[in-house]
Amino acid sequence: MDDLISEFIAECREMLEALGGEVVAWEATPNDRARLDSIFRFVHTVKGNCGFFDFPRLEALSHAAEDTLAEVRAGRRQADSALVSAVLAIIDRISEMVAALEAGDEIVSGDDTLLIQALEPSTEVLSPTVAAPVGDMQAKVAAPRTIRLSVELLDRLMSGVSDMVLARNELARRLREAPNDVPVDGAFERLSSIIADMRDSITRTRMQRIENLFVALPRLVRDLSADLGKQVLVDIEGGDVELDREMIEMIRDPLTHIIRNAVDHGIETPAERLKAGKREIGLLIVSARQSGNQILIAIQDDGRGINGKRLVEKAISAGLVKKSEAADLSKREQLALIFEAGLSTASQVTAVSGRGVGMDVVRSNIERIGGIVEVDSSVGEGTRMTLRVPLTLTIIPALTVSVAGQSFAIPRSAIDEIVRANGASVTLERLGGAGVATIRGRRVPEIALAEVLGLESDVPDEERSLVVLRPAGADVYALAVDRIHDHEELVVKPAAPAIMATGLYAGTTLADDGSPILLFDPAGIAKVGGVKLEAQDRAARIADQPTAAVVDDTQVLLFRGLDGGRRAMRLAVVDRIEEVPSASVRPGAGQLRVQLGETILPLAGVNGDLPAEKIRLFRMSDGTREIGYAFREVIDLSVVGSEILAAMAPGEVSGVTLVSGEPAELVDAHWLFANFAGTANVPTEQLICRLPADDPWMQNMLRPIVEAAGYRVVSDVEDVEADLAILPETFNQGVAAARTIRLRSEPDPLSEKDETIYRYDRAALLTALKSASAGRR
Amino acid sequence: MSKLLLIVTIAGERVALPAEAVESVVELDTLIHVPRAAPHIAGLSALRSRVLTVIDCMRSLDLGVTDCSDEIREAAVVELDGHVYALIVDLVEDVVEALSEPQPVRAAMGPGWERVSLGMVETEQGPMLLVDVAALVAGVEAKAA
Repeated sequence: MDDLISEFIAECREMLEALGGEVVAWEATPNDRARLDSIFRFVHTVKGNCGFFDFPRLEALSHAAEDTLAEVRAGRRQADSALVSAVLAIIDRISEMVAALEAGDEIVSGDDTLLIQALEPSTEVLSPTVAAPVGDMQAKVAAPRTIRLSVELLDRLMSGVSDMVLARNELARRLREAPNDVPVDGAFERLSSIIADMRDSITRTRMQRIENLFVALPRLVRDLSADLGKQVLVDIEGGDVELDREMIEMIRDPLTHIIRNAVDHGIETPAERLKAGKREIGLLIVSARQSGNQILIAIQDDGRGINGKRLVEKAISAGLVKKSEAADLSKREQLALIFEAGLSTASQVTAVSGRGVGMDVVRSNIERIGGIVEVDSSVGEGTRMTLRVPLTLTIIPALTVSVAGQSFAIPRSAIDEIVRANGASVTLERLGGAGVATIRGRRVPEIALAEVLGLESDVPDEERSLVVLRPAGADVYALAVDRIHDHEELVVKPAAPAIMATGLYAGTTLADDGSPILLFDPAGIAKVGGVKLEAQDRAARIADQPTAAVVDDTQVLLFRGLDGGRRAMRLAVVDRIEEVPSASVRPGAGQLRVQLGETILPLAGVNGDLPAEKIRLFRMSDGTREIGYAFREVIDLSVVGSEILAAMAPGEVSGVTLVSGEPAELVDAHWLFANFAGTANVPTEQLICRLPADDPWMQNMLRPIVEAAGYRVVSDVEDVEADLAILPETFNQGVAAARTIRLRSEPDPLSEKDETIYRYDRAALLTALKSASAGRR
Repeated sequence: MSKLLLIVTIAGERVALPAEAVESVVELDTLIHVPRAAPHIAGLSALRSRVLTVIDCMRSLDLGVTDCSDEIREAAVVELDGHVYALIVDLVEDVVEALSEPQPVRAAMGPGWERVSLGMVETEQGPMLLVDVAALVAGVEAKAA
């Protein structure tokens, strides 16, 4: 809280300093709209913050000044000299109070009614300088614990350090050429590590996790909603996105304004929500993510939404748009009216917001840093505000690739996966000159980077690597590059306009060796490469279905477990691979659990010693629940056929198969989820189905279907009473079960009397399974 | 107080750049090509920790192409709208004092020079063409657009 107050004081001081000249100028020309607006914004900001900090005197003063100025802005009052001096007196009083706060004093109680009365139009000009003593102005200003530095200075420091790194590299090269001198080498090593440390900390001074900005939001929302008698749940995502410190400062106010508006105007009272058939508690989602060369911050509420038509009416009555123009506005343009100065949708002016200030300030603040604000809203469903701010000067993780001997960087956030063009699961085709890559049944357009750039590459098509990119939208394409190099963290700077004009690049940066590298804009490359991004996604999905239906080969990840065992895991069940410190694995509630960020997952696969420092794990999901599976290393991505030797009893390993010429144990994801993902409500009276334990097809293909239909699967010899047995038609031994389904491997029945079911006739199988269970009940 | 001028040679012609616009004179060695950029963008280079956008002045004037492949090139470093550019010139000669304000050139100049001309200035070494740095950076395409 102290931090927030000192932030507030610093902000007020800065605004007061900036306002100093404006106030005097406004006094000379009271009709100057721009000056009026900036003074208005100041009192508005003070008012907003005071409500939050509980400074009633400051709030009363700023609210009164704001009311009066709003009248002037609306044209209902003229700014005469009496009004001007009354407002100035209030600003003076505010600055005295801020100074008192800064010195660490309380604001003494005092009477401001005279000042406030002076604002009234009818009042005789009272001497507004009768100021109650605010505190001893001579009081020592408390020694600051932090200092404010100009970003320019930090920039100079940063480029100085970068120069030092380059000088060190130069020196290192010279030292390698010179004869060995141990003491000199030692001193150089020390210098090197100091420079590296320094570079890290200087870099950090500029970068901040956006969390620092988000951390104050829950409190803000809580207080606001309490004041307004509403219930709001805040959900914050993406706090680990890193953003330039200056950028965070610039976003702070706009974000606060938007959230204030969302709680005040967007989200309804609990009673209204119930009437509209919504949950009593409103939901406010604030999320940040990096998208190409931008950071996207979205603020979404599920409130009443913005009524575009009413906005237009208001805009017409406020004289912002002409009636004739209003009819032509698209929905987007209608909604964008909320960013016009002097327009507010709130029918009642509240203490929190709603005087048409805010959104225009939000837009001008965001535009000043080269960003844009977008609004999308449906009446009754909610509003989504998106702030897009540029990436410039943020550190982004990037992948360096090369084509025709030149290196380029691709932002890692846009990369979906990387495959080799000659890999088993990849085929390249040309359709009418256009490249199409089929990657595991997914059709994606393919572009050769060399062609887009107009460079000659001597690497043949099939030896290139494909980087599958997903630009800001949801559609993917594959970019063929000659070679993949390295992951690097790059500080991206904007490129010169002539370079940005190509549309291919998001910026430039210096690699560790000091040479410039161009950073690609993935969406730009797609555009220049002629890929149509919109219609792509559906087509890609359609290509997926037939392959999925006939698949007999299963993609598996070949890996080495903690016990050194060679295992394979079906790729489809692995969401991603994570690396966490070993310390985040600990027993809890009867089993091992691992902490991944904010979530705790059950951990399987711990069949050997945990590595000392970092542990890698598959994050697996069955759609609703997640578990982790620890392993030592990934060996390869591979394919298994259907020749799997099933395990004798169900367990972590469902069978053994040949992968890449060597045996590997196939991990049974179903068993893992059944045993690790918490005991789901298993029905006590479960139907039992026999499947021959030594039939790999049955165990691997059929078993999941049978189990999904609610059966417990047992082997053909296990001594239990089975409700159903499913056997291949060639299976001659007698199997004890209430009912038997026989499967044939040929699609067509041998004769009329044949009651067997074709083993890939899923519908018939499911019907048979269902009728068997119905017979039991 | 008269202005200082940097005398450089571009495409065999001795011209003057306003010295206050020029930050420094450097020798470029590495040059990173920028595919698909406008032709007068010779590439990128690094000056200490800053990325320089290198402008081929001959190309910008539409007077031919500077051969940047073999040797170290001299360039004048200028800053424009927050971006740093290096202007490749044939030779950097001298700094001289301007003895007059720029006067319009009434004789017909070559097409490339007309676009970047700020006028003629008198110097101790005779009259010189004063070149607009921004026009050099913008390149010949900017005029067409």
